[in-house]
Amino acid sequence: MISREDVEHIAWLARLELTEEEIEKFTKQLGQILEHAGKIKEVDTRNIKPTSHPWPLKNVFREDVPRESIPLEKALKNAPQKESGAFMVPKIT
Amino acid sequence: MVREDYEAIIGLEIHVELSTESKMFCSCSARSFGAKPNTFTCPVCLGMPGVLPVINRRAVEDAILVAISLNCSIPEFCQFHRKNYFYPDMPKNYQISQYDYPLGVKGWVEIEVGDQRKKVGIARVHMEEDTGKLIHIGESGRISEADYSLVDFNRAGIPLIEIVTEPVLRTPEEAKEFMKTLRNILLCLGVSDCNMEEGSLRCDANVSVRKKGETSLGVKTEIKNLNSFKALQRGLEYEIERQIKLLESGESVTQETRHFDADRNITTALRTKEEAHDYRYFPDPDLVPLEISSEWVERLRANLPELPQERKKRFQREYGLGSLEAKLLTEEKAWADYFEEVHRLFPQPKIIANWMLTELAALLNQSGLKIDQSAFTPRHLADLLKLLDKKVISGKLAKIIIEESFERGVLPSIIVEEKGLVQISDEVELRKLVEQVIAENPQAVADYKRGKKQAVGYLVGQVMKLTQGKANPQIVVRLLEERLKLS
Repeated sequence: MISREDVEHIAWLARLELTEEEIEKFTKQLGQILEHAGKIKEVDTRNIKPTSHPWPLKNVFREDVPRESIPLEKALKNAPQKESGAFMVPKIT
Repeated sequence: MVREDYEAIIGLEIHVELSTESKMFCSCSARSFGAKPNTFTCPVCLGMPGVLPVINRRAVEDAILVAISLNCSIPEFCQFHRKNYFYPDMPKNYQISQYDYPLGVKGWVEIEVGDQRKKVGIARVHMEEDTGKLIHIGESGRISEADYSLVDFNRAGIPLIEIVTEPVLRTPEEAKEFMKTLRNILLCLGVSDCNMEEGSLRCDANVSVRKKGETSLGVKTEIKNLNSFKALQRGLEYEIERQIKLLESGESVTQETRHFDADRNITTALRTKEEAHDYRYFPDPDLVPLEISSEWVERLRANLPELPQERKKRFQREYGLGSLEAKLLTEEKAWADYFEEVHRLFPQPKIIANWMLTELAALLNQSGLKIDQSAFTPRHLADLLKLLDKKVISGKLAKIIIEESFERGVLPSIIVEEKGLVQISDEVELRKLVEQVIAENPQAVADYKRGKKQAVGYLVGQVMKLTQGKANPQIVVRLLEERLKLS
């Protein structure tokens, strides 16, 4: 189960502002999702090695060879605000 | 204020920028220091959706070299995690770092403070990517008073190693000595330029104090921005004193992050959020794990250069140098290489050590040059010491010649030839000068005869003056004494 405080905390971490009704609603919905995902715990995993990836891959590298970067205009193209070739961000609080 | 009844508990967290050609997870050049903002970026290090990071092999091998050199064990399984946070220095809103499967664990480094040796435990060595640089725009340039900030992602994605010590350091001096020792190891490995001014080597510290004899730990603070040896020592000194004062006046230390202000030599509290950090680490699904086999580690270990402390021990053993001489000569690789090159040409270790640590060190200090930048090469010093050894020049003259040779980069033997500076050891010639000096200084001669033996010194000085320092002083003394006894 998930508590109302959990939902408020997660919302804060994601910088989401939720209304009272949304907190109620999401607490219930997230609870259901977790409960559903919790079914996986029923599988006996005592003899299975933990894994973080589904692929049997390891040690994928590139060599340390530099390549050209993208032009500045392209880098800044999606920036809502820019100044002196830099991304402009609001006052950090 | 040094309080004998208190002790400090210090742990350091050090970030080292590796000097690879390219970034950690993309092919952008990592040599962007001082470049125009955002001219060394690509979709990967700008955190565009759908891109895939690929690990730089060289960065991993450099990190393994560091872990080996810090006597860490290297677990076979190694993994990257995402560290999630809201701060605009990373465009992805997470930093690729390591969490519960770091590259190296449980190492140690030996330091020497005075004549004390101490093993400093290394908790972990892990790999991560550097963040972008923020410029806060506002009157003071401080974040709290800024109107807005500008972000430059050139640095974002440069490979970084984080080294965390156990909380075993007890004094600011120990902390400083640890940093110096670590820096020398890293420089010797050649994995980083360790330029503290440019931020290639950065240090934060955790500090708490307690009454001696107590076993529980006090409340600690984290000090940021200890980015020079001086800042590290001053910042820690200030913070330790501040905490002791608080405790002595019945107040308590607040757990917080503090910033060292190098201009004012104080630490100030950074505004803290009530909320504890919650980075929600999880394995980065874009990066498959590393398997670091013992064969790989051993292959790298085989190519490890001789590290400063091993070299120091060898210098003591092989060249019969004292502990301090050997330490000073091996702290920096360039100095040790210089010494060994001179020794190859002129195998008298004690004499070389003396000249390097006094005359040469002073000249380098004055000129601000590094030993491997100077035009006064090992060949120059060997040449000078040979002239001295064969008594072609006196010690006094050698000190004059080394200055000129250092300045001009001309070999000492050539300077000697150019100026006719060869030491005068010809007794016939010197005897003439002795006669002249005795004739011109009846007062000193009279003094000598009345038993004032020091008068010889004055007369020797007169002969040196006549020869511009070129007379062989031992012979002059002998001739003078012989002559004075006769008359």
